[in-house]
Amino acid sequence: MLEVRDIHSYYGKSHILHGVSLDLKEGELVCLLGRNGVGKSTTLKSIMGVVKPQQGSIRFRDQELTGKDPYEIARLGVGYVPEDRRIFRSLTVHENLLMGIKSGEKESVGEGGWTVERVYQLFPRLEERKNNKGSHLSGGEQQMLTVVRTLMGNPRVILIDEPTEGLAPLIVKDVLDMLVTVRKSGVTILMVEQNFKAAIKVADRFYIMSKGQIVFAGNTAALLAAEEVRKNYLEV
Amino acid sequence: MNEIPVFFLHGLAYAGLLFLVSAGLTLVFGMMNVLNFAHAAMYMLGAYFSYSIMMHFTGQFWLSLMVCPAILFIIGALIERFLLRRVHKFGHVQELLLTFGLAYIITELVKWYWGNYPLAVNIGGFLGSTIQIIGITYPVYRIFIFLCAIFVGTVMALILYKTRLGIILRAAVNDSEMTNTLGVNVPLVFMGVFAFGAALSGFAGVIAGPLLSTFPGMAQEILLDAFVVIVVGGFGSLGGAVVASLLIGQLQSFGVLLFPKLSIALVYLLMAVVLIIKPSGLFGEEQ
Ligand SMILES: Nc1ncnc2c1ncn2[C@@H]1O[C@H](COP(=O)(O)OP(=O)(O)O)[C@@H](O)[C@H]1O
Ligand SMILES: [Mg+2]
Repeated sequence: MLEVRDIHSYYGKSHILHGVSLDLKEGELVCLLGRNGVGKSTTLKSIMGVVKPQQGSIRFRDQELTGKDPYEIARLGVGYVPEDRRIFRSLTVHENLLMGIKSGEKESVGEGGWTVERVYQLFPRLEERKNNKGSHLSGGEQQMLTVVRTLMGNPRVILIDEPTEGLAPLIVKDVLDMLVTVRKSGVTILMVEQNFKAAIKVADRFYIMSKGQIVFAGNTAALLAAEEVRKNYLEV
Repeated sequence: MNEIPVFFLHGLAYAGLLFLVSAGLTLVFGMMNVLNFAHAAMYMLGAYFSYSIMMHFTGQFWLSLMVCPAILFIIGALIERFLLRRVHKFGHVQELLLTFGLAYIITELVKWYWGNYPLAVNIGGFLGSTIQIIGITYPVYRIFIFLCAIFVGTVMALILYKTRLGIILRAAVNDSEMTNTLGVNVPLVFMGVFAFGAALSGFAGVIAGPLLSTFPGMAQEILLDAFVVIVVGGFGSLGGAVVASLLIGQLQSFGVLLFPKLSIALVYLLMAVVLIIKPSGLFGEEQ
């Protein structure tokens, strides 16, 4: 459903992505691994249109995404959960959720769509704090909130950047469980992770990046077998 | 012996005017990170347009008060769409330079078309009269300015805190990129906010005409005070703009009464003190 072909992205003059290609099939949970600074976040930003690739193509359900603004890409059904949480500090938890609902949505949401009620049912902790400022939540709660905020727009695919970073091990499990739940509801997921041990529990397939390029693609068994690759390109 | 109430009311009227100018400036800065040097130039345009309208259609102050903001709204929308948006990708310094250049161009055009001398706008009728208030005789017009500011401030607060648009605007002040990725047409929001800010400064210009007279230096004069308001109040905070406008209005007014030579220094002193105690301004978000 998502085909990234040979994209090149820059920050100013520095050339960050050197021809990245990857594919997502409907319903998959794919994980993008790699050391710090290799261009994982930039890859997600390029798909989302936050960074504009200078070359290459990104097709999502037969639409070209390159050249579109982030809001247009979001309206086509791509959800983005950036690193560092990025909740709206001065909005309440409830208002943060409302921000996820897309006003310009073209297709109406069918059965099983995400609503505020459903979010509160699933995450009573968010309902308890619905009138608190977003900035008053704990790290784990903030992460939950950013994910469900994006879900409120009922995306078909979610790009999620290091969802477990900086969270206590118990909370990491909560967040991963949540992603599994989301995926079961039919949403395709592309997740960036540094935490290889966490990723291997939930992902179907893996890509590994190094210096702005994809250096490995394969499923869990292939990654476990490729000891050299893991040693060279992942944190120990 | 009734100097104090007079200067207090003068302070309120000036606070009202300052708020009308600063509200748009702080919203634009909060959202787009652009300190708009052309903001006060648009305020001046409002005053000059109003002068011309009132010369043509004698004394049509109310007409002016509706038409000038509309013209400035369009000018603001065009500036955002065709100039600011194109320069945006080159960075903040370039945006700043653009607004600086625009302010300069507008000022020169104003001098060329209307001349380099003050123009008096006289307001007649009830607005131009005086009334008895807290034991003194006071011009209705200055009270009218304060009421206008309360009206505009209330409408803005209702929009910001009671509507979906308001949630979007506050979200965009926090993090416009995130807002964009959630499916909000942020470029359109920017254009709307910039145009609204321009309209508001045009409105303030119409109101300032009869109070301060209309001259090419009027932009510079209010720009410094408006900058101080948004620094003291906190960038992007409407509530901060209200409080800071009231503070600076009184400071300017009583400053003139008590320390005539130092009244400008007092304003900067206040700014320095606030920046030392709370660098993000009274109502600003800590980063
Ligand atoms: N906004 C930016 N401006 C300039 N360089 C950046 C910016 N963001 C990231 N970079 C650089 O781009 C490279 C890739 O960054 P990133 O995609 O964030 O890596 P990762 O997510 O894999 O850790 C790094 O060298 C980083 O320093
Ligand atoms: Mg990253």
